[in-house]
Parts: sequence; C-alpha cells; structure tokens
Amino acid sequence: MAVAEHTESTRSETPPQDTAEARVPTVIADDLHIVYKVNGGPRGRGSATAALNRMLRRKAPAGMREVHAVRGVSFTAYKGEAIGLIGSNGSGKSTLLKAVAGLLPAERGHVYTNGQPSLLGVNAALMNDLTGERNVILGGLAMGMSREQIRERYQSIVDFSGINEKGDFITLPMRTYSSGMAARLRFSIAAAKDHDVLMIDEALATGDRKFQKRSEARIRELRKEAGTVFLVSHNNKSIRDTCERVLWLEKGELVMDGPTDEVIKAYEKEAGK
Amino acid sequence: MNPRPSPDDGLSPADLAAKYGLSVSGARPSLPAYVRQLWDRRHFILAFSRAKLTAQYSQAKLGQLWQVTTPLLNATVYFFIFGLLLGGRGGMEMEDYIPFLVTGVFVFTFTQSSVMSGVRSISGNLGLVRALHFPRASLPISFSLQQLQQLLFSMIVLAVVLIGFGHFPMWSWLLVVPALLLQFVFNSGLAMIMARMGSATPDLAQLMPFVTRTWMYASGVMFPLGYMLDKRESIPGWVADVMLANPAAVYMDLMRYALIDNYGVENLPVQSLVWAVSLGVGWALLIGIGGFVYFWKAEERYGRG
Repeated sequence: MAVAEHTESTRSETPPQDTAEARVPTVIADDLHIVYKVNGGPRGRGSATAALNRMLRRKAPAGMREVHAVRGVSFTAYKGEAIGLIGSNGSGKSTLLKAVAGLLPAERGHVYTNGQPSLLGVNAALMNDLTGERNVILGGLAMGMSREQIRERYQSIVDFSGINEKGDFITLPMRTYSSGMAARLRFSIAAAKDHDVLMIDEALATGDRKFQKRSEARIRELRKEAGTVFLVSHNNKSIRDTCERVLWLEKGELVMDGPTDEVIKAYEKEAGK
Repeated sequence: MNPRPSPDDGLSPADLAAKYGLSVSGARPSLPAYVRQLWDRRHFILAFSRAKLTAQYSQAKLGQLWQVTTPLLNATVYFFIFGLLLGGRGGMEMEDYIPFLVTGVFVFTFTQSSVMSGVRSISGNLGLVRALHFPRASLPISFSLQQLQQLLFSMIVLAVVLIGFGHFPMWSWLLVVPALLLQFVFNSGLAMIMARMGSATPDLAQLMPFVTRTWMYASGVMFPLGYMLDKRESIPGWVADVMLANPAAVYMDLMRYALIDNYGVENLPVQSLVWAVSLGVGWALLIGIGGFVYFWKAEERYGRG
C-alpha cells in the first residue's frame, strides 16, 4: 500500500540520535493502575428515589463497584518497535491500550507518550447507512486527516480493502456489506494514516487469509515509518509474524516482558495446562 | 528486551519522559490550543453533520425528499388546526397568522432539536468518544449544524407558505441570514452546555422534552406573546418584557419581523428593532462563548468512567 506519509507530525525533535545504540522512547508507563467504576444495577425497592437523592447530593452511588483492571504495569516502548500484548480474556489488554491512548484516566501512575497515540478504531465514526465511499472520507476526517490527504489516498484505501474486487461495492451503503468486507474497509481506512504510536486491537483476526497477509505487511510498513505499534491478539501466529517483543498480562499484572519467542513459549506452556 | 547499556539506564520513568519530551497522555489542552484543534477539524464537523442528515432518511423510499416533506406536512397540520378549525388568533388576520405560526414553529424547532441532540451528543456517541481523539466540542457543534441544515430545507417550505398567503419577497427577507447565524451560535452554545450536563447525567434526555415544551408555550410560538400579555391586566409590564427578551422569543420575532410585512416593531421586545437586535447578538455571544468555555472545562472527562 503506497501511502507513505511525510506529514507535519508533532514529533518533538529531541537530540539523542547521535549513536546507533540510543533508543528513543515513545511510550512510558510508570506503575499504571486503571480502575473502572461500574454502576451495579438497581438494588431492591426505592432505588429510583435513592438514586435521585444521590444525584442531588452529588454522592457516589451505593451500588458502585470498582473493577481494578490494570494493576501497576510499567514498561517503556521505543521507536520502531512492534509490541504484542497477550493474555487470557479479561486480563486488561484492551484497557491498557485505551489508557496509553489517553482515553481512560489513570487511577495511579502515569503514561507518558510522544505525540498522540491512536487506537485503530475508526469503526465508531462510520455510519452503516452511508456508502463505503462516503465512509472512507468521513473516517479519514474523523482521524484528523485533511481533505487533500484523503483525496490522495482514496484510491489506495479502496484498493487495499479489496472491496471493489468483486464489483462496484464501494458505492453501496455499508449495511449491505458482509461482516468480513466491512471489517476490511475499516482496517484499510484506519491504516491509511501514519501514526506515531499505533495500537491495534484484534484487527488481524478479520478478513480472509489474503487480507490478513496484506494487513501484516502494512503493519510492518507503519513500523518502519518510525512509529511504534502495539498489537493485541489471541492469534499467536500473527503476533510471531509481526512483533519482536511481547508483554504478557494476567489479571491486570505484567507477567512477562521480553522477546516474542520466549514469552509466547512460556504463555503457551501456561495456557496448555 | 536484550538490555543494552544506555545513558538512560539510571533515569526514573518521569525523568526519562522529560528528557525525550514525552507528555502525559490525555491531558486537556489550553483554550487557544483547543480552538485551534477545533478549527482543524472543521471539515470533520461539516462532514459528520451532513452524514447524519443523509443517514436519517436513507432507509425511506422517498429518500432525501423527506427533508422538505416533513416540514411541509408540519405546516399543513398547523394550517388545518389553527387556520381552518380555530381561525386566526391574537387579533391577527389568517393570512398573517399562518406565516406567523409556521415561522415560529420552524425557528423554535431549530433551538429545540439542537438542545435535544446536544444532550445526547456525548452520551449517545460514547463509542466514537472512546475510540478517537478529536476536540469533543465537535460533536455538539456538528449536531447544531445538522439542525441548521434541516432548517434551511424548512425555509424553502416557509417561502412557499409566505408567498401562498400573499407575502412576496422583499429586501427585509435578507435579514433572515444574520438572524439565523446568531441563532446558530446561540444554539451551539446551548447544545454544548447540555452536552456536558447530559454526559454527567444522561437522565436529562428524558426530562428535556418537558422543559422545551414549557419554553415553547412561554415564548409565544402559537400566539403573539406581547398581545396576550397586554390583554391580562394582572401581569406587570416587566414580566412581559422578560418573556419577550427570552432568546427563543427574540429570534422568532426577529425572523417574523423580517418576513411578514404586517408584523411591525410593536411586537418586538421594548418595541424597538435596535433592542431586539442587541438582545439577539447578546444572547448569541453570552451562550455561545459561555457554553464553549463551560464545555471545554470538562474536556478530559468525556467518555470516561
């Protein structure tokens, strides 16, 4: 996908590029804790009036439950790295990504980032009732691309998604797409922009084998363009193919942080039990 | 990672972040920076509002024709009920009353639907807010812009109604443009206020229809407010002035003054055009700027928790 971008990225030009050994950190998580506050449903009678009372007094609801999703995770990610996140369901992988993206507040600890990390999650901006064509434009604008950038890349986005391989589908409303087609278009739109720090949540699980291959190639490309890529996936193979470093989370804690082979081996041993 | 000796080894995470110029993720930008970000997203705001407008009728067989048909049907209903069944009201002839009524309904609907979509603009788009970075004020502004475009379709119907009742285009019709712009600024500000409140307490969406309906009756959408208040001896003059000075009434009366030739200055607040225009500008600036600052103050908290 020939969409190399040389944009006015907000990367701060810091000096330490003098030696080949110097690595530039792009994301630093320092003892990060994330706590979700969840409204724990109505409890018995009179809960509506009780809720009104609490609303007026601005007190936390009694039924509020706390979920401690990430517990004290620290790591430093460097420029040009692709980092895989693994762990069982509910281990806090997606939460960690959202916190790095600045979309969830930290309860304790800090996340420092270079520029604006973005989640590969353009889905929410797209509208099923609009044509694929208009969604490409809308999604691009939502990610902060300019009209000219979108016009330049429009064709490559459509070609990459392969939507038009079986006829002129891009001019049909998105609700008429199969789920695989829609997922491919979403990934293509999101990957069209070059991000300083890109985070991908299970995106590679979608689409057919051919498209997965293309996505992996695109991720390697994004990485080369001096970004850092985070990838959450349950598919160990796609992690092996794209990442050289893996963070293993379990119950919100960092179990292991190291080279892909080592960590995945340990993870598979643990999961195989 | 294979540990390589590096001059950074001894640094604490905070020092390391400072050394390489990393910043805390998700902090609120300053007000000027926020305005700049918002301006950079102007194409997104416009595209989002137009997409919402188009998506609204995309499943209907008549498609975008409904943009004009819906206000036309609305006007027809009011014509039957107030024009034919009840006859003209408030000391007005029917050929003045129907344009008066239709103008009022369309203009008030603009504010009303901006408020309603404003309340849900954050709480109803959490997916978007949680997935992408953009100045959140884009959403309430975009929804107000959607309502403005909706109103422009209604204006076509309004022109037909006016001409149908013998009010032909005149120069004063041009005053509609600044009046609509002022109302749009006011509505966006109000939508931003409602958006912040609605994101903290989504229950407001249930409450707002009653508030706006009360507001509608208090602003004289269906009857000339000044005339009704004058008839009642018990209401002191200043109450009438306050009611006439409320923003919805101001924008409606400015619009009627511009469009209907028999609707003179005596219907405007304090019986003066200068006063009415100043009030229109004042409300737009107060709510527009105030609402924006109020919304910005909570920028980093939208879509969380």
